[in-house]
Amino acid sequence: MDLYEYQARDLFEKHGLPVLAAAIATTAEEAHAAAIKIGGKVVVKAQVKVGGRGKAGGVKLALDADDAREKAEAILGMVIKGHIVRTVMIAAAAPIESEYYLSILLDRSNRTFLVMASVAGGMEIEEVAHTAPEKLAKIPVDANAGIDLAKAQEIVKAAQFPSDVAEQVAHVLLKVWELFKSEDATLVEINPLVKTSDGKIIALDGKVTLDDNAGFRHPDHEALVDHAATNALEALAKEKDLNYVKLDGHVGIIGNGAGLVMSTLDVVAYAGEKHGGVRPANFLDIGGGASAQVMADGLSIILGDPDVKSVFVNVFGGITACDAVANGIVQALELLGPKATKPIVVRLDGNNVIEGRAILAKAAHPLIEQAETMDGAANRAAELAAK
Amino acid sequence: MSIFINEKSLVIVQGMTGGEGTKHTRRMLAAGTKIVGGVTPGKGGQVVDIDGHALPVFNTVAEAMASTGANTSVVFVPPKFAKAAVVDAIDALMPLVVVITEGIPVHDSASFYAHAVSKGTTQIIGPNCPGLISPGKSNVGIIPADITASGPIGLVSKSGTLTYQMMYELRDIGFSTAVGIGGDPVIGTTHIDCLRAFQDDPDTTAIVMIGEIGGDAEERAAAFISEYVTKPVVGYVAGFTAPEGKTMGHAGAIVSGSSGTAQGKKDALEAAGVKVGQTPSETAQLLRDILGR
Repeated sequence: MDLYEYQARDLFEKHGLPVLAAAIATTAEEAHAAAIKIGGKVVVKAQVKVGGRGKAGGVKLALDADDAREKAEAILGMVIKGHIVRTVMIAAAAPIESEYYLSILLDRSNRTFLVMASVAGGMEIEEVAHTAPEKLAKIPVDANAGIDLAKAQEIVKAAQFPSDVAEQVAHVLLKVWELFKSEDATLVEINPLVKTSDGKIIALDGKVTLDDNAGFRHPDHEALVDHAATNALEALAKEKDLNYVKLDGHVGIIGNGAGLVMSTLDVVAYAGEKHGGVRPANFLDIGGGASAQVMADGLSIILGDPDVKSVFVNVFGGITACDAVANGIVQALELLGPKATKPIVVRLDGNNVIEGRAILAKAAHPLIEQAETMDGAANRAAELAAK
Repeated sequence: MSIFINEKSLVIVQGMTGGEGTKHTRRMLAAGTKIVGGVTPGKGGQVVDIDGHALPVFNTVAEAMASTGANTSVVFVPPKFAKAAVVDAIDALMPLVVVITEGIPVHDSASFYAHAVSKGTTQIIGPNCPGLISPGKSNVGIIPADITASGPIGLVSKSGTLTYQMMYELRDIGFSTAVGIGGDPVIGTTHIDCLRAFQDDPDTTAIVMIGEIGGDAEERAAAFISEYVTKPVVGYVAGFTAPEGKTMGHAGAIVSGSSGTAQGKKDALEAAGVKVGQTPSETAQLLRDILGR
């Protein structure tokens, strides 16, 4: 889960990192009140989980509270790269002397953690890595040894931080590590980390990504989920414990196993090229044990999506037997009754496939069509969606 | 031959007394796997009867190894306790640990992986994987044993169901070993480890490699194929239609910015001389063309 900047800021504060006073606002009036409370010049910042908001006009300096209201009015409701701005953060303005960069992330390639640090902060770090790689220190961190003061000092030295801030930055890094580890983060980025004109180090903007798999030891992370921004169908699927992602096409997809479902989306898009560019409407993995109830939950979500024009159920019976899946589909359609209105192409293969296909044939449901192969089924589902 | 497991593999099941553990112990036994016991902390001393096999339960992996001579462990322990189970196996110097559990926090996986590397005595497969099968010899994990028989193809895949699908597509030819390496961001055994083992295995004559979006494992595998693998390799990559920034089922299946895309992986594999299919069936056909079957 990616956090909003203000959520990252709050986590920074919780873990003792130096941050500026700030508050969030969802209306111009709230922004005005927050600016009065903070006092002086403030920065009004759009809260969106996408980069480049500054360039898009989503970050503005306000001279006083009235100005903050005006700036918030302009920023709230903006659309930045497809993301609607529903919240702004009002933060105290700081006199910046230097901008630095600091992050800890999961390095998948090397299967360890990595610190990246640079005195060339404030810009996109990919840009620095590309144009001036010598200005970006990348230091691996052992997952078990972590970062102690000596390691932090070594990193600060490698990144060539000026001596007047080196000790402060090393202590910031220690706290970033503490946050990274104790919150089960996969990314903690401070960009920029600034030195103010009075020599203080402050985390001015940050990004944090938390590991969803670690939710069981962080009940408080649930409160960070932005339910308003979650697609309604995705929210419904989550309630039913289904692994669902909404996409922009018209063929509803249900399958078992993440890899097979990803493959199914691709095969549908590939087949769809011959049918006017039809594409998949969603990702939905019902997992290994496709009970009738799970199938019914999955089908009802997909059939409830107005974008869906046809459905492709693609199951390879590995652990699950195809006859159980077939019974699940039949029972699901009984449960759904007249709510099921869209054609469903089913491809079953693997364990007990003959029995499974026979069950569907016997049920002879008017909406169900069987296909022998995955490619053939994808083609038929795309054809039906293109009608 | 086969890679990583064979008819001499003596297997213990960590979490055998749990629901999933019991179910899959039964299936592995039916497939001919030599299961010699289980480990559940606090239940040591019990004997569990599974389909006529009296299997002793131990508190620790070290005790299980001392008593049974086990050289392979398969882990069905829930995410909360998985790290402790894997660390127990590493500390006991278990040579091969296959972690089936899905949903382990990546800090835990990174920790036990680092621990295994520092000890240098344990190979980890997974987590979040279906395990591996050398048909007719041993089946460690949850891959259905009845899809196909022994044969000359080696298969390595991030995905379980795509592994089954590909084994099914090529069931008339058969497999030396099929390895599901798992869909998590941090995994113990990589595509490269499997490619190297298949290249060195005299009974494997051709290799199927299945990848998916996220990370750069496929790109690195492509570079490795160029320098080391002389056997024919066909590839398949899932996730061309996945939108940027969305996790597609597997914790590791996510396109971040321009990195980890299916197209990038396909291009890298093709540049290394690997034929890449558009669909699983087309990929199977590419392999048939190479083998002339």
